[in-house]
Amino acid sequence: MDIYLPIANLSVNALVIIGLGGVVGLLSGMFGVGGGFLTTPLLIFYGIPPTVAAASAATQVTGASVSGVFAHKRRNGIDFRMGGVLVAGGVLGSFAGAWLFRILQESGQIDTVIAVLYVVLLGSIGFMMARDAVRTFLAAHTGVPIQAKKRRHHPLVAALPLRWRFYRSGLYISPLAPLALGFATGILTVLLGVGGGFVMIPAMLYLLGMPTQVVVGTSLFQILFVTMSATMIHATTTKAVDIVLAGLLLIGSVTGAQYGARFAQKMKPEYLRGLLAFIVLVVAIRMALGLGWRPDEIYSVVIE
Amino acid sequence: MRAARALLALALAPLLMAQAKPVLVPDVSQREVEIRYSFTGAELLLFGAILYPAGRVPERPAEIAVVLRGPLQSILVREKQKVAGIWVNAESARFRSAPTFYSVASSRPIDEMVNERTAAIFELGIGNLQLSPASVGSPGELARFENGLIDLRRRGQLYEQTSGGGVEITDNVLYRARLTIPARVPVGRYTAETFLIQDGRVIAGASRDITIRKSGFEGYVADAAENQSFAYGIVATALSLLLGWAAAALFRRV
Repeated sequence: MDIYLPIANLSVNALVIIGLGGVVGLLSGMFGVGGGFLTTPLLIFYGIPPTVAAASAATQVTGASVSGVFAHKRRNGIDFRMGGVLVAGGVLGSFAGAWLFRILQESGQIDTVIAVLYVVLLGSIGFMMARDAVRTFLAAHTGVPIQAKKRRHHPLVAALPLRWRFYRSGLYISPLAPLALGFATGILTVLLGVGGGFVMIPAMLYLLGMPTQVVVGTSLFQILFVTMSATMIHATTTKAVDIVLAGLLLIGSVTGAQYGARFAQKMKPEYLRGLLAFIVLVVAIRMALGLGWRPDEIYSVVIE
Repeated sequence: MRAARALLALALAPLLMAQAKPVLVPDVSQREVEIRYSFTGAELLLFGAILYPAGRVPERPAEIAVVLRGPLQSILVREKQKVAGIWVNAESARFRSAPTFYSVASSRPIDEMVNERTAAIFELGIGNLQLSPASVGSPGELARFENGLIDLRRRGQLYEQTSGGGVEITDNVLYRARLTIPARVPVGRYTAETFLIQDGRVIAGASRDITIRKSGFEGYVADAAENQSFAYGIVATALSLLLGWAAAALFRRV
């Protein structure tokens, strides 16, 4: 079933795209991540131009995070104050991302930067998650508990001036820390088409010291608004949002996410995290190989 | 319309035949190619007749070359090189007039039909495109970038050369050529040119304009994304919110 994508300017098999969205949705439902980190590379492997892939993936992540936000709100799993600060940082970051995007595009290095960022981010986070999963697994099997961390949040965060109380998170820290975190993920959202959950969740846990119960919900809340902002920025600057592509991805991902959420309840959390770490590492390795291999196309064309 | 044109050609035939040279009566199968939701490419048929004086076919009959050419663009071609173990864009070259699309077919291989000079003048053959390089560089370097561009576009089926065989000539009078238009074709005004070649010289030529455009929903979407980008962004965001919310609501009930 071929369908023409009016912005990407090519025909794709609609079922492949819906299926791709479904797989990503399944994972995002299982792990509580937006899934953008998988959508963009997979679309690029399929032949969609990288800019269109990143822009349309951002649109898709918005849809994929809506139901998660509602679900976490019902469970009181969102720190709205923290979320608000993160969103403010994220929106600012997405503007900075757009500016960076243009500069990189003009110098011709955007594709390389996207690939390198993917390798570095996914590689390090995948590695961290894999280590954690192995530790938990070993702890569960040997009966030796993992030593609890002594410090709450990173000393750098504690050193920042101007402290606010974040009641839901039980934190008394400077809002500059989450603002900076939001800013960084905002840049990533525009550049990579990811929600940034895979960066934000570890950062919230280990840098800010937020409790686990509010981390996923607050991260989804931020992702929802920042991907909306990224979609608007892409629509008005790069004009690369393909509404047909995003629609097809959404049909797959929103249904996939529902099944993923049910699936996740039946699985052990440490297996779940181990599996996610594995997927993240596979994508990172594939991107790394792509950088080192001689590409099919040595030449590329930019229309002036 | 086509019948009328044929009749006209028939009526004019005696007049045309009075000339010493053969005359070309060309046509194309369609003046507009519309890109719609299921567009996977199209085929353009260039056909027509060669009218010889007094209807006599000479010993060495004339031959045909057809060219379909997309709008010209000023482009920058970048070349990847391996730097510190990874492939990154390094050098680049600028071309002022690279056609977005170029497809040529001929009744015999082009180099057998015309000499190099003629081929260059009429831009017959992918190797003879006048790309107007704008950046200065050594000839070898320029050739490298030109070849890179041509190779890239050939692989994307945007530059095509059906060497010897693309054009069929029936009874030395009727000719027809099929040119394929791939799904990734850029939109714009195209020209379909037909050249009548005899004894290594181009003795007649004709050109027809063809418009390739997105129509219907696809045209509307592309237009909205370009011209009403803010509203387009709002609609895209609203669509994703709506789909996400609808799926959640639907599954909660089930």
